[in-house]
Amino acid sequence: MTGPTNIHEYLAAFDDIPGTRVFTAKRARQGYQLNQFAMSLMKAENRARFKADERAYLVDWNLTDEQREALLARDYNRLLDLGGNVYFLAKVFSTDGQSFAQAVSTMTGMSFEDYTAMMVGGGRSPEGQRSIKANGAAGADPLESN
Amino acid sequence: MARITAGVASSHVPLLGVASDQGKDEDSYFRPIFAGYDWTRAWEAAEKPDVVILVYNDHASAFDMKIIPTFAIGCGEQYKPADEGWGPRQVPDVEGHPDLAWHIAQSLILDEFDMTIINEMDVDHGLTVPLSMMFGKPDTWPCKVIPLAVNVVTYPPPSGNRCWALGEAIRKAVESFPEDLNVQVWGTGGMSHQLQGPRAGLINQEWDNRFLDGLIGSSDALRRIPHLEYLRETGSEGIEMVMWLVMRGAMGTNTRMLHRHYHVPCSNTAIGHLVLRPDNGEGLDMTGSEPAAIAAE
Repeated sequence: MTGPTNIHEYLAAFDDIPGTRVFTAKRARQGYQLNQFAMSLMKAENRARFKADERAYLVDWNLTDEQREALLARDYNRLLDLGGNVYFLAKVFSTDGQSFAQAVSTMTGMSFEDYTAMMVGGGRSPEGQRSIKANGAAGADPLESN
Repeated sequence: MARITAGVASSHVPLLGVASDQGKDEDSYFRPIFAGYDWTRAWEAAEKPDVVILVYNDHASAFDMKIIPTFAIGCGEQYKPADEGWGPRQVPDVEGHPDLAWHIAQSLILDEFDMTIINEMDVDHGLTVPLSMMFGKPDTWPCKVIPLAVNVVTYPPPSGNRCWALGEAIRKAVESFPEDLNVQVWGTGGMSHQLQGPRAGLINQEWDNRFLDGLIGSSDALRRIPHLEYLRETGSEGIEMVMWLVMRGAMGTNTRMLHRHYHVPCSNTAIGHLVLRPDNGEGLDMTGSEPAAIAAE
């Protein structure tokens, strides 16, 4: 065996990773309509309709008010919390003409320039980023303050 | 008889498709990334594989939330590049090998792998970027491709152990196909990267290089890495490395490294690339760099 076989233990462990939303079944269910909306943007005609009037386009999708407002605001962390998945949300930021790196940087609290500099410098170090519990024991929790 | 002659592992970063398509591969940012594939492009031109079994994950292109297959095998004649939101990549269509693909699908199901069979789908950057990295920009791809899609998006993905065992079953399936074919297995995705949340940008070079080390030789320790370790150590999208274990499982007991490349950064990720020979005393053609030559690189 390669890990816990108890599904409750398996899922609970994901809550201990700083600054990370693992795309579990619970999130997949919560974000179903949101992610399927994003998927619709794979068609050029839908991208054109969305760009012409975002609110009008979103009426066709059974989203919550929170999901709709977070989409309009391009608040990607909020969208992840509301069940969005980055590969689906990528259809939104590609429609906006943004690169993966540009969109991803908006989730980090850093400017794109600072984010890019961090990546060129070797990326975000895993030190202090592995476990919320371990960080709590050490008295530091940098990402959870975001 | 068909035989597996090599295994290739590679990241499949979408930005590399953009760089290749827009001719930016010589720019200072991209040159160190693409340079690590120069050896492989020359080697592939000499190897001339007939078929590549290309293990990749679909990024919400062919499969949306309506259907989430854990393991899916493409048995179709042809696949078109997907429109991922900025129009389809202008690269050749991908030619399948339905006879071999159906043979593998049947053999895997008898081996108790519950495969989803796909006859029509588009293929996204997960599949087309590795083709560009390994073959450059030909008018048609130089070999047939059997797409093998693994769910690594919605949890739980398959375990590393299961992926390794799938590779072992693929090897058995290929070796029971009567036609004489030179077959490669590619594992794509990875290495360390996180594309979401406040921890985005995580890179763990030390862990990545230990993983690369573990693919070479006869150890099977990598198959026992739990999902939680990939998540903690390599970022939420580092889980894609389980797909490299399908390739490794297909190599048999022992492997010999022909080429290795690692570079940070490429967009949000670390680029990892490895070319392996199955080295099981089977008298396969062992062309390619010798270990001493690689050490001198």
